[in-house]
Amino acid sequence: MNDTLLSVKNLYKHFDISGGFLDQIKFSQGRLKCEKTWVKAVNNVSFDLAAGETFSVVGESGCGKSTLGRTIMGLYPPNGGEISYRGSRIDGLDHKQLLPYRKKMQMVFQDPYASLNPRKTIRQALADPLRFHNPQLTEGEIKDRIDEVMLQVGSDPQWISRMPHEFSGGQRQRISIARALIVDPEFIVADEPISALDVSIQAQILNLMMDLQQQRNLAYLFIAHDLSVVEHLSDRVGVMYLGTVCELSETGILFEQPRHPYTQALMSAIPKLEGGASTHVRLKGEVPTPINLPSGCVFHGRCPYVNQRCIDEIPQLNRLDDGRQVACHGVEEGRI
Amino acid sequence: MSTLLEVKDLVIKFALRTGEVTATNGVSFTLQKGERLGLVGESGAGKSVTGFSIINLISKPGYIASGEVDFQGENLAKVSDERMRSLRGNRISMIFQDPMMTLNPVLTIGTQMTETLHQHNPGMSQDEARNIALEKLRKVYIPSPEKRLAQFPHEFSGGMRQRIIIAIALLTDPELIIADEPTTALDVTIQAEIMELLMELCETDDMGLILITHDLAVVGQVTQNIAVMYAGSIVEKGATSQVISDPQHPYTQGLIAALPQSSRQGERLNQIPGMMPTLKDIPPGCSFNPRCAHVMDVCKIEVPQLRVGKNGNLVACYLYPLKKEQR
Repeated sequence: MNDTLLSVKNLYKHFDISGGFLDQIKFSQGRLKCEKTWVKAVNNVSFDLAAGETFSVVGESGCGKSTLGRTIMGLYPPNGGEISYRGSRIDGLDHKQLLPYRKKMQMVFQDPYASLNPRKTIRQALADPLRFHNPQLTEGEIKDRIDEVMLQVGSDPQWISRMPHEFSGGQRQRISIARALIVDPEFIVADEPISALDVSIQAQILNLMMDLQQQRNLAYLFIAHDLSVVEHLSDRVGVMYLGTVCELSETGILFEQPRHPYTQALMSAIPKLEGGASTHVRLKGEVPTPINLPSGCVFHGRCPYVNQRCIDEIPQLNRLDDGRQVACHGVEEGRI
Repeated sequence: MSTLLEVKDLVIKFALRTGEVTATNGVSFTLQKGERLGLVGESGAGKSVTGFSIINLISKPGYIASGEVDFQGENLAKVSDERMRSLRGNRISMIFQDPMMTLNPVLTIGTQMTETLHQHNPGMSQDEARNIALEKLRKVYIPSPEKRLAQFPHEFSGGMRQRIIIAIALLTDPELIIADEPTTALDVTIQAEIMELLMELCETDDMGLILITHDLAVVGQVTQNIAVMYAGSIVEKGATSQVISDPQHPYTQGLIAALPQSSRQGERLNQIPGMMPTLKDIPPGCSFNPRCAHVMDVCKIEVPQLRVGKNGNLVACYLYPLKKEQR
C-alpha cells in the first residue's frame, strides 16, 4: 500500500501470570522445576493500515483483539515484533519519545461510563490532553478548540461545565470521541466503541465516526465482535482466533465468501435480519485456553477439515488470487 | 391452538422517593401453547419488567398497579406467594441474562439441579432426581453428563453454563419459558447454538417461549411473533416476518433502518433523533412523539390505541385509522 500509516510485523504479546516464586515451582519427572505460565494473547500478527482507512479486527471474546489494539497504542509493551508508524519504529520507545506519537494516535474505549473521569467536568476532560500536548496554547484558543470539537461530535458546547454522570451513554461516548479528537489525531483505535449502547444510539455513533473520518481523513483500527457493524463500516477486516489472524481481506469479498473454516463458522452464526432459517455451521468443542496453545494451526481441534499437517505445522498467511490472506493449509492445498 | 398466557392491560409502577413512575403502561399480549414470542426494545423500554411480572419477580418499590396475567385460568398478578412459588420454576421457568451470575458458585451442578426437583416434588428419590438431571443435560448436549454433575460452575465456559441453566429451566417440563436476554453475554457462535437449542426444545416439547432481547436479528430467527416496546408500551405487534420486512410504526421503522445491513454497506445509517425518555418524563400522548418524523397535533394529547396497520400488524400510531369495531 502506498500511504502506509501503521505497520505491524510479527507482533507477539504474552502475559506472565505465574504469580510469586512459590507458585512457579513445579514437580515433574522427579525434579523440582521453576516454570513460568504465560497467556499467549497475540501471536505473530502482521498487518498494514493506510491513512484514512478503516481496518477492523473481529473475533470472539478472548481472541486477543483488544490486546492487539492496546499493544499498538503502547499501553502494553510487546514481547516481539515490530510496530512502525509512518515508517519509524514505535515499539520499545520510552514515555518521552512516545509523546509525539500519542498526539497522532488516540483511543476510544468500550465503556463510556468507565472511561471518563467522574470527578472531572467535560471541560477538564477535554482541556487536559490539549494543554498537555500543546503547552503553547492560550486559554482562549483552548476554549475555541473545545467548542469546535463539541460541535463536531454533535454535542452542545454549553454542556462543558457539566459532569459525566449528567449524560446518557450515547452522549458520553460522543464526549469520549471528542476527547480523542481534540489533539487532532490521524489514527484512532476504537475498542468496541458501540457495544455498550442501544441500537438507535449505535447508529448515531457509527454515523458520527464515518462523518469524522471523511472530514479529517482519520484512520480507524476498529475492534468489534458485532460482524454486521464491521461489514458496514470497514474497508478491510482481520479475523482473529486465539491470538492469530486467520483471515485478512477486503470487507466485501470476505463477507461474500469467507474461506478460512473459522471465518465460515463465524459468518454463518450472524443472525441476519433479512435471512430466513439459519444455516449455522456448528463447531465442535470450545476455544482452547491461550495458555496452552494447540500445536500447528490453533484451530485444528475444532476444524472439520483437519489433517495431520494442520496438527504439526503452523500455517502462515498466504495471499490468494483475490488479494485476501488466509492462514490455512487446507485452502493452500485446495482442499477447502 | 389454545391460549397459554394472556397479559391484559398490565400496569407496573415503581414507588420511588421522588414520586411514582410507570414502568409499563397497559401492556397486553397473548401467547398460544408452543408459540415463540419476541419482546423487543431498547434498554428502559420495560421489556424485562414485563417478563419479570409474569412470575411476580418484581421487587419493591415496584408493584403491579393494575392488569391481569392470566395463566391457564389463574390470575398470576393476584395469587399468593406460596402458590406463585409452586408455579415458578415448575410450570413457568426463567432464563436470565448472565450465565456467570445465575448459578451458585459453591454448589455443584448436580446439587443445584436435584435441589430444584426436590423443591417441586418432595417425595422424589435422590436416584430419580439424578436421572432426570442427566436426561436434561443430555437434552442440551452437554458431553459426559455423569462427570459434569459433580463439577462446579467455574469449571464450565459461558456457553456451557447457559446450557446448564437451560437444563435447569427444563427440569420440571415447564409449559412456558421466559428468556431474558439469554445470549447477550455470549459470543456469536455460541449465541447461534443456544438459540438453535431453544428453538428445538420449544418445537419438540411444545413449550411457549417469551424471548426478551434488544437484538432484532435474533428475534427474527427464533420467534413467530414480535411485540416491540417503547417507553413502557407496546407500539407494534405482529408476525415476526411482517414486522421486520414491513414495519408500520415510525419507531419500529427507525429501529430497523438503524441496523447495519449488508445491502447498504458504507452508507449513513438512519438515526432516530434524540433518545428514549426516562420513565420520569414520558411525554403526554404518544411517548414517541418528540422523536417522530410524522408527529401530528393529536399525538401530543392522547395515547394512541393499538389499531390494524396496512399489513395486519397491530400498531399504536395515529397514522393508521381505527377500525369501526374498535371505536
